[in-house]
Formats: sequence, structure tokens, C-alpha cells
Amino acid sequence: MTSVDGFSLSINGHNRSVVDAVAGESLLFVLRERLGLAGSKNACEEGECGSCTVRLDGETVCSCLVLAEAAAGREVVTIEGLGSEGDLSDVQQAFLDAGAVQCGFCTPGLLMAVDALLDDDSKPDDLTVREAISGNLCRCTGYGRILDAVDRAAAARQAEATP
Amino acid sequence: MPVTIATSIDEACASLAAHPDALVLAGGTDLMVEVNRGVRTIGHVVAVDRIPELRGWSLEGDRADVLRLGAGTTCTDLAEPALASLVPALAQAARTVGSPQIRNTATLGGNLATASPAGDTLPVLAALDAEIELQSAGGARRLPLDEFVTGVKANALIPGELITVIRVPVLEGPQEFLKVGTRNAMVIAVTSLALVVDRPGRNVRIALGSVAPVPLRAVEAEVLVAERLDFENMASPDSDLVDRFADLVADAARPIDDHRSSAAYRRHAVRVLARRAILRAFPGSAPVPA
Ligand SMILES: Cc1cc2nc3c(=O)[nH]c(=O)nc-3n(C[C@H](O)[C@H](O)[C@H](O)COP(=O)(O)OP(=O)(O)OC[C@H]3O[C@@H](n4cnc5c(N)ncnc54)[C@H](O)[C@@H]3O)c2cc1C
Ligand code: FES
Ligand code: FES
Repeated sequence: MTSVDGFSLSINGHNRSVVDAVAGESLLFVLRERLGLAGSKNACEEGECGSCTVRLDGETVCSCLVLAEAAAGREVVTIEGLGSEGDLSDVQQAFLDAGAVQCGFCTPGLLMAVDALLDDDSKPDDLTVREAISGNLCRCTGYGRILDAVDRAAAARQAEATP
Repeated sequence: MPVTIATSIDEACASLAAHPDALVLAGGTDLMVEVNRGVRTIGHVVAVDRIPELRGWSLEGDRADVLRLGAGTTCTDLAEPALASLVPALAQAARTVGSPQIRNTATLGGNLATASPAGDTLPVLAALDAEIELQSAGGARRLPLDEFVTGVKANALIPGELITVIRVPVLEGPQEFLKVGTRNAMVIAVTSLALVVDRPGRNVRIALGSVAPVPLRAVEAEVLVAERLDFENMASPDSDLVDRFADLVADAARPIDDHRSSAAYRRHAVRVLARRAILRAFPGSAPVPA
């Protein structure tokens, strides 16, 4: 294994240096294991489940498929950047209100995907919503409450936009 | 640093020339899966996802009827309305790739270089007789698609070479991309079919995916319908012609049994897709010219 020279990443608006990485580490691995940001989840490491979803220069991506070093110079936003305890984002609050969380493993990725959807389209129709979360697998809920949560989040964001 | 983040094609080519065993990294959606599984070790990497020249598209030719696509165009970009109106089948294929997260990073160049028999853009590029431009520090060359894809996950790239541009004609006429898989989202094709119509040229071109090591054209079926279809009115072909067409397309397939499906099912599915595609393209009345 080749170790790599240090590099830095811009994560949630902060510059973070990564000093002890090994060549080939994914952004997900670096977030969780090197930087202590364990909100993004690791369930498959092959792009299938979406639980590692982050935003890279605004677009949702699977962080398990991003080579960490190649993300240098880009803006990474993780679930930790979405909101915090006591200051939840509209989407986080909607998931709580709708009871859309069971084991919670899929939740961070879904929140990132739904947040990105609503940034693009604050009144998505049902098909658009289903497509937007088609890269996020949930083994627990059966998706009913997740879809309900998206409706609530969309309503909240529209209310915010039209005071 | 073992990762070069190239910002121009020249820089990427120079870096590849300096590190002959370097890996090209675009969206990473094929490459990183292998790295994560431990089946691919990473040495020097040349990241090409921040090269503006690889991202855009433009129209070329005296009649602006050739679309020049940068190899770094993502599946999300391909599905945008402006591009979708020029090459609808390519947009339809791009839209079926993976999930939104995958499409945001997965590139056309990466799909081509991976050269999987199930690569969704491949049958479309085959039906369009796409031309692939490759560049290295030594110069550039162009290959037709069928010379670029040489086998299962095999291509004509030589070390140090980058795919830079994919050229396809902008055709006047309907296009279809149809894919069969186990579900609608996030699915690798069991079989796929692309059909493009060139109304002024009075021909139909059909290519199949996932039924042979490389994308296949159904040439006999193309010849049959070129002679018999009503390109003037786009009238629906009679059921006899549809049957003969679908049989010839199915005969062109060379499917195998594997973990995703059986050869017999694949051939059956190809026949169904051929029928569906021709009837959608020739719905019975001519679309009113804009
Ligand atoms: C969950 C998931 C679902 C998927 N679903 C589909 C699907 O439905 N249909 C489908 O067709 N594919 C699918 N794929 C595969 C993959 O997303 C595509 O093949 C994609 O187009 C690869 O592009 P990339 O930019 O990510 O390539 P990378 O992973 O960056 O690169 C792939 C290969 O191409 C080479 N390469 C990339 N760009 C260039 C270039 N410009 N010049 C020379 N070589 C280059 C790399 O060196 C590497 O060998 C899926 C993948 C995942 C993880
Ligand atoms: S861990 Fe990245 S998609 Fe599953
Ligand atoms: S709540 Fe358990 S996977 Fe979705």
C-alpha cells in the first residue's frame, strides 16, 4: 500500500487536512475514519444503496465512489452540514414529524437526496420524488413515510419561500 | 502526489505520458467499485473530471448535423432537454443508468472505456455509427465505434491515450432506447435495444446490447425495413412486416446464459423490444414538421 502525501478537503465550509491516508481511499472512508464525520453511512461501497450520499460542488454523489484525493478543491457537504441538534433543517424536521426513520441507516443519504431535490424543485410531483430517491435504499420503512416526509418538507420549503 | 487533477487535455496527456501505468479516473463509478473491492490497486491516477474541454458539446459540420460530445459529459448532462432533443436515444439510455447519484458523475467516456456488454450508451452509439476521438501526447486519432469496442470490457485504447470526443450524427426521425432489467431503477441491462430512424436517408438502424461481447447491429432487419417502410407518412408497418422485422432482430442476437438471465429469455426479450420500438417509431401518422 502506498501512503499519500497530505491533502486537504473543503467539508461543510471548513478546510480539513487529511494527513494519514492510504492511496485509493474513498471520500466516504476519509470522512468516517480519518475525519471522524460518521454521519455518512457505509452499507455497500459500490454505489447501490445511497447511504453515503454527499453533495460535491452541489450535486449529489455516492461518496464511496469518489476518490478522496480527487475531491481536493471541491466543496463537499455532508449530513453534518445540513443541520445540527437543536437546529434541524426543514427536511430533517419533516422526517422526524412523519416518523420516516426506523433503524436510521438510510436516513442521512435520503436527507441529502431530498434536500438536493427540493433545491431544484420545491413542488416535485410524485414521480419526480420517486426518481429523486431511487438511488437510496431503505430496508425498514417500505418508503410510505419517507414519501410523506418529502411532502411535508416540500410544503415547509414552499412556506419559507412565500412569506 | 500520486493523483494529478488535470485541468486541460494537454495536461492529462502529459501526465499519462510521464506515468505509463497511470489510471484515468473520470466519474469513478466503475473504477472505485473495483478499488473498494480490492481487485484494483491504485498507483498514479490522472483525474479528468475537471477538464472543461471534456465537458461541453457543440454542433459541427456545414449543416451543423454532427454532434460533438466531450467524453466527460455526464449521464445527467446527456438527459438534459437540449441534448435530449438532438439525440433522444442517447438521453433515454443515459437516464436509465444507475441512480441520480450515479448519473451525476458517470460519464460517456467512462461508459465507453469500460466497454461492458451491458453498457447502456453502447447500443445507441452503435446505431448512430459514432466516431470516437482518442488523444495522447503523441497526437490524436479517430475510430468508429465497432473498432473501438473490441470485446467484453476490452477496447482499442493504448496506454497514455484518453477518449476526448464522441461524434454522432443529428438525425431527422424518431429514436428509441429500450432496456429490460429486473426493475426500473438501478439495474444493469438483461438486454437493450436502440433504434434510430433517418427519415431523409430512408433507413432505420438497430443495435442490441447485452446479447454479445460487443454491441451488435441487426443488419438484415435494417435492410428489410429500409425497403418496406413508409418514411413519407411514418405509417405503421403491417403485422407481417413487424413479425419478420422482430424475427430478424432476434436472429441477430448472440445471447448467452449467465447470472443475470438465460439466452432464451434474452432472445425473447429482444423480439419484444424490436416490435415495440418499430411500432413506437412508426406510429401511423407523420409527426407534423415543426
Ligand atoms: C450503482 C451503479 C449502477 C450502475 N448502473 C449502470 C447502468 O444502469 N448502465 C450502465 O451502462 N452502467 C452502469 N454503471 C456503470 C458506470 O456507472 C458507467 O459505466 C459509467 O458510465 C462509467 O463512467 P465513469 O465516468 O464513472 O468512469 P470511471 O469509473 O471513472 O472509469 C471507468 C473506466 O474508464 C476509463 N476512463 C474513463 N474516462 C476515460 C477517458 N476519457 N479516456 C480514457 N479512459 C477513460 C477509466 O480509466 C476506467 O478504466 C453503474 C455503476 C454503479 C456503481
Ligand atoms: S455505501 Fe456508497 S452507495 Fe452504498
Ligand atoms: S430506516 Fe432502516 S434502512 Fe431505512
